[in-house]
Amino acid sequence: MRTRLYSLDELNDIPGTTVFTAMRSRQAYHLHKFCMSLMEPANRDEFRLDERAYLNKFRMSDEQKQAVLDRDFNQLIELGGNIYFLVKLSNTDGWSAQRAVGSMTGMTPDEYAAMMRAGGRPIKGNRSIRGKN
Amino acid sequence: MARITAGIGSSHVPAIGAAFDLGKTRDPYWKPVFEGFEWVKEFQKREDPDVVILCYNDHASAMMLDVVPTFALGCAEEFAPADEGWGARPVPMVMGDPVLAGHLAEQLVIDNFDLTLMNHLNVDHGLTVPLSLMFGKVDAWPVRVIPLAVNVTQFPTPSAERCWQLGAAIADAVQSYPAGLNVQIWGTGGMSHQLQGPRAGLINPEFDNAFLDKLTNQTDDLRKLSRLEFLRESGSEGIELIMWLIMRAALGDKVEELHRFYHVPASNTAVGHIVLRPLR
Repeated sequence: MRTRLYSLDELNDIPGTTVFTAMRSRQAYHLHKFCMSLMEPANRDEFRLDERAYLNKFRMSDEQKQAVLDRDFNQLIELGGNIYFLVKLSNTDGWSAQRAVGSMTGMTPDEYAAMMRAGGRPIKGNRSIRGKN
Repeated sequence: MARITAGIGSSHVPAIGAAFDLGKTRDPYWKPVFEGFEWVKEFQKREDPDVVILCYNDHASAMMLDVVPTFALGCAEEFAPADEGWGARPVPMVMGDPVLAGHLAEQLVIDNFDLTLMNHLNVDHGLTVPLSLMFGKVDAWPVRVIPLAVNVTQFPTPSAERCWQLGAAIADAVQSYPAGLNVQIWGTGGMSHQLQGPRAGLINPEFDNAFLDKLTNQTDDLRKLSRLEFLRESGSEGIELIMWLIMRAALGDKVEELHRFYHVPASNTAVGHIVLRPLR
C-alpha cells in the first residue's frame, strides 16, 4: 500500500475547521446549485420575493433549506456547504464577506471586526485539538 | 523567444476590489492596503509586460460545481468579469492570448501535466483584484492575460511540490515560444486567513513572513509544506499560497526580491505582496 505523509484523520484535529472534501461537495451539490443561481440578478429578485418558494425549486434537504432561511452558516457548512458558494447568499443579502464569516464565530459583527483590526485570531492555541497548542 | 521577466505575488481579497470600485482607497481602513501597491504600479509602467500568466483560484464563480479541475488553463480570446452575487465588478474585459495559451497547453500536457482547458471562463475577484492592484483604474487592461485556475477549495488540492513542478514546466514552455514576448507570472491568494467555522479570522504573521522570507532562496522548505501544515498554520483558505509556488518556480533557481509588502487586515485576511526578478 502507498504511504501518506499524514493520516487524513489529522485534518479533523484542526480546531473549528471543516475540510471541504469530495463527499461534502456531493452532499451540498444542490445547495450549491441554489447558491450559484444567485449570480443572476433575476434569480436574486425571485429569491427575495419568496425565499421558501424559490428554495423549493432545488433538490436540497429540508435541513439545508432551513439553514438557508436561518442564514446559519455553521449549519450550512456542517451540511456540506463551502464558503465560496455560501457568500453568494450573503452577497445577495448585501452582507460583507466579513459579516458572513464573522457570523460563524459566535461574536457580534463589531466584536469580530475589532478582533480583525487588532491583528486577527492568534494561531497560538488554535493549531491542534490533541496538542492543545 | 518569450521570456519571463518578473514574478509577482499578491493577495486577492474581494473586499479590496469592492473598496477599489467604490472609491474608498483613501479611507483610513483601506489607505495602508492600497499604498502597499503604489510601488508596483510604477514598476509595471516601466516593465510594460505583454502577457501575464495569472495563477488564481475560482471562488465558485465559473467552476467547482459540475467540474472540479485541479489545474485549468484559460484559452479564450476574452474572459468576462463574473457576477458573484452583487453584480460584476466594473472593470474592463480581460483579453486572453489563445496562441500562447495553446502553446502552453500542448507543452504542459506533453510534460505530463493533465490540464483542463477552458474555452469559456468568467473570471472572478481572484483574477480581477490583482489586475486592479497592479494597474489601477484603467479603460482597458494593458496586458493580455492567460488565467491558470488552481483548485485550492476542494480537498485534496494539488501539493506544494506539484505546484512547484508545474511552475518549472511553465518556465520551459514559455522559453520555447518563438515570439519575443515579455511575460510575467503572478501567484495570487493568501496570505493566512480562514473564512469558515469557529476558527474564522485566523491570522498567522509568523508563518506569512517566513513564507515571504523563504520565497527568494529557501524554497526547498516551502516545497515540503504539506496540505495539513497549510491548513493548520495559515487557515483553511491560506492554502491559496500554493499558487505563489507556481509563480516562484517559473522564475528559475535564483531570484532577486525587488519589493515586499505585508499588512493585516483586509476584511478577514492578511495581505501579502512580493515582486521578484529572475537572475540569469
